[in-house]
Amino acid sequence: MGSHSGSDRRRFLTSGGALAGFVMGAVKSVRGQTAAPPYEPQGLLAYGQPSKFASTVVRRTTARPSAITDTALMTPLQDLDGIITPSGVHFLMDHTNGIPDVDPQTHRLMVHGMVDRPLTFTMEELKRFPSVSRIHFLECNANSRPLRGPNRESVQLIHGRTSCSEWTGVLLSVLLKECGVQTKASWIVAEGGESNKYTMSIPLAKAIDDTLVAYAQNGEPVRPHQGYPLRLVVPGWEAIRAVKWLNRIHVVDTPYMAWHESGNNADTNTDGKGLWFRFELGPKSVITRPSGGMRLPGPGFNEITGLAWTGGGLVRRVDVSTDGGKTYQEAQLQQPVLRHAHTRFRFPWRWNGEEAVIQSRCTDERGEVQPTIEEAAKILNATIDYFYQADHFNGIQPWRVARDGSVTNAMP
Amino acid sequence: MRCPELLLTAALGLCAGVTALAQGPTFGLGRTPSAAEVRAADTAVAPDGTGLPPGRGTAKDGAVVYAQKCAACHGPNGKGTALHRGLVPLGNAKPVKIQGSLVPYATTVWDFINRAMPWTTPGSLTPDEAYAVTAYVLYLNEIVTETDVLDPTSLPKVRMPHRDDFIPSQPDWKPGARRQFGNYP
Repeated sequence: MGSHSGSDRRRFLTSGGALAGFVMGAVKSVRGQTAAPPYEPQGLLAYGQPSKFASTVVRRTTARPSAITDTALMTPLQDLDGIITPSGVHFLMDHTNGIPDVDPQTHRLMVHGMVDRPLTFTMEELKRFPSVSRIHFLECNANSRPLRGPNRESVQLIHGRTSCSEWTGVLLSVLLKECGVQTKASWIVAEGGESNKYTMSIPLAKAIDDTLVAYAQNGEPVRPHQGYPLRLVVPGWEAIRAVKWLNRIHVVDTPYMAWHESGNNADTNTDGKGLWFRFELGPKSVITRPSGGMRLPGPGFNEITGLAWTGGGLVRRVDVSTDGGKTYQEAQLQQPVLRHAHTRFRFPWRWNGEEAVIQSRCTDERGEVQPTIEEAAKILNATIDYFYQADHFNGIQPWRVARDGSVTNAMP
Repeated sequence: MRCPELLLTAALGLCAGVTALAQGPTFGLGRTPSAAEVRAADTAVAPDGTGLPPGRGTAKDGAVVYAQKCAACHGPNGKGTALHRGLVPLGNAKPVKIQGSLVPYATTVWDFINRAMPWTTPGSLTPDEAYAVTAYVLYLNEIVTETDVLDPTSLPKVRMPHRDDFIPSQPDWKPGARRQFGNYP
């Protein structure tokens, strides 16, 4: 072995499977990647999992199980605390035939088009750039539709298409500057590396403002379902812009009207016209506990808690009503409050045992206010059922607490 | 290659104020892709047809390809199956929020068929097949005739029924501006 070159030695040290003698007794770790020597922790000691008693804290769906695409797997908001969504229960809404298993060694990001210097980056090179970590929510444009039905009454199945992570990566502006964007450019088209190559157009102004090319989520590599090894994070904007398995940025001067932005993700206005380019999500909040499907054990002190977020930036305040919106009181916000991040609110509540309707209302730093569904319908000159198929619905979510403590959806 | 449609004006207005990023490289990372590498990766098609490869096809040709490669999921004549949404209406009288009804450009249909279909072997269609299947789908929707030839020149000229029926959510809104209560584009 003394004659092995440096690169041979590196290969030797990383190709665990070939080293049967050296790692005798080793087994594949729970993550299925590398065989470890016997003194290394195995299984749950190598990578931990929640308690078996917490096995109900999982993603769920309303869709028919046989549908092969466009199935939303939703975050169990009612079971989570704080503002960070554990990566394993981050919501999923994929438009691809299977989740690609991308090898970071061969993955590349190409930036080309209206730039002075088209460049291709390896993952290793991307990690050499100045990095930033930012806590941002991602929310599906179809989240929170006020549909009703036996499988649609919980906060998870109504509002669970939003999740919040600490994302680490390089700002897209840094990469674009490295390539020298030409003055005529005004849009980018981002493309994913999955089999059907999802594409999405994003205005250049947003791309260079705060858009992030992320390789890490909550401190570890981005999960495969979230775009491993590289995804776009477009803060505050509908998550269909956050291209997964990102491998190409095409700098252009017009939106490309890709299928998923102009076809099934366009929206209809109340007059039947199509709505284009609904980028930024509105101010929204929802009480996650108590919420639909829960039962309060009895009268007395029951903390009300929930999440607020807004595409407008910072959540400025959240008000809570326990009388169906007749009166509101300001809730306490968990610090720090971060731009384009879930914001945890808490409200001390002493339930008197009578029927009550509890709901929350978000106001953001611009002074934009979350409407009730009736207010939203009136403004848009629509009936309530318009929102059953509309995107970007951000109406106030009421929950009814009955005398027996059971909590149900009180959305009209 | 800018689209002339009025409805894009507001969206393009979002980009006003972008300062030039045309400076020298700072970090010296990355390598220059070859022209062939860029060509191979650059398959996306713009509404004006930029990016369309040579090729041609009619709905009549497309019916044959459709029967072989598309009908298993989308059903005969694009009517859909129990699991899959149909391809009609693609441009019905009034847009409804279903697959494809809101597609404003024929290039969008071509681009999606070319990159994402057939579902289990996406990207496997030849350019001729992609033109032909696009023509067939548009024919099923009564947007082209059975013998209209679609190619890089004619495809961008196909007028989708709702081309002019699209509006920005709030025409004067720009990112960062406060929005009308209850209407958040």
